Amino acid sequence: MSIDLAQFIPTFLEESFEGLEVMESGLLNLDTEDAETINAIFRAAHSIKGGAGTFGFTDITDFTHVVETLMDELRAERRAFTDTLKNLLLSSVDCIRLLLEAARDNTECNDPQVDQVFKQLEMVLAGGEVVLTHADNEKADSTHNLSSENDNLPENVSSAGEINNSGWHIEFKPAQHLLMTGNEPILMMAALAECGEFLVHACTANVPALLDLNPEELFLVWDMDLYSDCDEAVVREVFEWVEDDCELTITPIVDDNRAVNSQSDSLFQEHLADFQNPQGDVPVSVQDEAPVAATITTESVAPEASVSITAAERAEMSSVAKSQDNVRKSQSDAGSIRVGIDKIDGLINRVGELVITQSMLGQVGSELADLEHPAVDRLNDGLLQLERNTRDLQEEVMRIRMLPISFVFNRFPRLVHDVSSQLGKEVELKLSGEQTELDKTVMEKIGDPLLHLVRNALDHGLETPQERVAAGKSECGTLDLNAYHQGGFIIIQIKDDGRGLDTQRIREKALENGLISSDQVLSEADIHDLIFLPGFSTAVEVNGLSGRGVGMDVVRRNIESLGGHVSVTSEAGIGSSFTVTLPLTLAILDGQLIKLQQEAYIIPLVSIVESIWVSAEALNAVAGQGRLFLFRDEYVPVIHLSSLFGFEEYSKDFSSSLMVIVEGGGKKAGLIVDELQGQQQVVIKSLETNYKRVDGFFGATILGNGQVALILDVASLIKMGLDNANKKQPRRHKNNDEAQQMKVRV
Amino acid sequence: MTETELTLCSESKQFLTFVLANEEYAVDILRVQEIRGWMPVTRIPGAPGYMKGVLNLRGEIIPIIDLRERFGFETKAYNHTTVVVFVWIKSEERQRSMGLVVDAVADTYDIANEAINPAPLMGEGLDPKFIEALATVEGKMVILLDIDYLLNADALACTQTGYLNE
Repeated sequence: MSIDLAQFIPTFLEESFEGLEVMESGLLNLDTEDAETINAIFRAAHSIKGGAGTFGFTDITDFTHVVETLMDELRAERRAFTDTLKNLLLSSVDCIRLLLEAARDNTECNDPQVDQVFKQLEMVLAGGEVVLTHADNEKADSTHNLSSENDNLPENVSSAGEINNSGWHIEFKPAQHLLMTGNEPILMMAALAECGEFLVHACTANVPALLDLNPEELFLVWDMDLYSDCDEAVVREVFEWVEDDCELTITPIVDDNRAVNSQSDSLFQEHLADFQNPQGDVPVSVQDEAPVAATITTESVAPEASVSITAAERAEMSSVAKSQDNVRKSQSDAGSIRVGIDKIDGLINRVGELVITQSMLGQVGSELADLEHPAVDRLNDGLLQLERNTRDLQEEVMRIRMLPISFVFNRFPRLVHDVSSQLGKEVELKLSGEQTELDKTVMEKIGDPLLHLVRNALDHGLETPQERVAAGKSECGTLDLNAYHQGGFIIIQIKDDGRGLDTQRIREKALENGLISSDQVLSEADIHDLIFLPGFSTAVEVNGLSGRGVGMDVVRRNIESLGGHVSVTSEAGIGSSFTVTLPLTLAILDGQLIKLQQEAYIIPLVSIVESIWVSAEALNAVAGQGRLFLFRDEYVPVIHLSSLFGFEEYSKDFSSSLMVIVEGGGKKAGLIVDELQGQQQVVIKSLETNYKRVDGFFGATILGNGQVALILDVASLIKMGLDNANKKQPRRHKNNDEAQQMKVRV
Repeated sequence: MTETELTLCSESKQFLTFVLANEEYAVDILRVQEIRGWMPVTRIPGAPGYMKGVLNLRGEIIPIIDLRERFGFETKAYNHTTVVVFVWIKSEERQRSMGLVVDAVADTYDIANEAINPAPLMGEGLDPKFIEALATVEGKMVILLDIDYLLNADALACTQTGYLNE
């Protein structure tokens, strides 16, 4: 096999990280002795070990091996699952992650935690009560269909090899296709011979006559005796890659000649072969009982990591012949492929260009509409069709990028488990709406802010059990994470039933930091909103969880930079609820084209409440400066965009203006514009690519005529407009420095 | 002189030069993407005056910088010789493209390495940091611009704010 293994390392790492997630969520859900979950965890650990072995990450192999052994004992019910064990296994998941990350970055992992956990694991392995009686074994055996080989003997051989023996008797009956998988028995024997005195007897009974002999197939069966004091694991390792393609029996050669059988656990290790021979075409056989899995072949650029695992799962399901929950099965039945994100982004960009071209053609078409020519109608028909197809295509392409928010939510059970035990709090985490989809880019950027909000809720929101009981609540606090779609947005709610925000303390703190003045009248909601201001933290002491200088202001800013919004409602003693509103995608939006002097701008359609003509009398001046407009019983500030943008030709003529009422960041405002033009779907292009982020704008887009139009970020514009009014200097364009300040202020 | 030094000296680079207030400035020709006549741009509110706006270059949004204003020279109405030179620059880890508005394109030269001299500190006018070197071509002085510095300095710097970076 002369393939460059290195090219498969990224795939291995990707699958391993997924495996870790499987292990983690499995461990967290493993409250009862659930054979299926334990198996899933075991398989995940085993895959990581196998892969790591192939690519020579010995530290990962060694570490995972211990975890695997432990899981194996759990699986065979030779060990009871305790909370301590759960925590140890969880921290070992962390260690494997550290090791994998080190492998990914091509560095050494020097974290002392790894050694520490490794030692603990070994200690547990060595000191634990291992042996169970055979009667108890039956259940496990029936799950794995092993009982045929398991004679009336204790099963503890595979884990430790404590039985005194002078060597191993190995019966090795390879499958006929073994050679085609690139394995060479002679090399294995050479490896065994290095361990000690080695005797081999080949049984040629199965070899066909020369005429019928296929030289590429293997018909030999070997009996081997290895006289050595090595562990069974050492012997087993030699056969590690062929376990699935052979029948292997390893028996200790005991002094008193009492043979102890241990059966190979090759039955559930079929997915190892994926790593061993990644270019595919390896028939992965699950010996006899699983026709489903028997012919699974895997492709080189690995498909969904779950393929191999699923095969095993199904095999077991069929062997157990129980109607276990088929949900997982049906989920994994939905075929999927793994594609690099750059390819998808390339596709999306291309479609974006197509949309621009289409709208350009549409414009030309409408210009030609008056022309008397028979082809014009046909052209317009074609253009209509093009528009429809482009839109459909764009939607389909965008859907590729959409992922369920469970990718983010899945981090939280672990976090909540760790943090709550660290804080001595009891917390029940409720997740709902995990299947709500949103754009991958948004998802990547929302992870940290959400993490922060969840930590805050655990740290500041929820009380200790004592406090809760004293307040007449149940000991266990509840943290609700909920996601759902609303309009073009995804709403994520983080709700706790803790003590709620302390209005009094927030006010004091804000006064102390000079964020508000003492005579300022603030509503409850206004005060709650103060926690999002920079430099605000009410945490009495800074601890490792929250309050380390990253305040809610950063959370808000990050969410707003995605075009989203975060708000809080809270009731003392009842709890707080943070609501994060995010656009579903950052790639396209439906916009309203407006004109300001000679320039075109886009207002996101979702931000627009209404567009109206207003007369000068309807605009009420306040203290001769800012203007307010009475819009449905509500006074909204009026922002003259030309003035805000500092365009010279600013006219104070308000006698009759076109006003777009917009809403963003929880506030409304009326934007005075010169002209309203059509609505269209636009492709968002980042200004950062070649310039930098500009305050007040999401980005830009290219219109059908090739012109660039900036896309207004309504929330930040309203803020700028209000700040501007407060400074009472509407005409700031004369001074560049001031314009600079406007941008520096965040 | 050792052999390596000889080969270094005999090498030359190609430069594109353009005119700005009667002086000739040069940029490495490999940095030049495209040259176009002046066309209206979309203004960016809040940007410094020399940042004229952005325009669409084959689907990319490119900021356009008026070099006269950037250098603090007297502004001049754009005319038929006014061109935009699109260059790419290195900014931190990535590449950015920008357009430079100049009075006119002059010429392309092969300038031998030995004809390039370090820029002397100048008393006033142009920020010496913008200048990479001076070269003499056919008896004229040509100013080689350090566009990586020029277009990353001050308000043009790409500011990246990560989540925990503040």
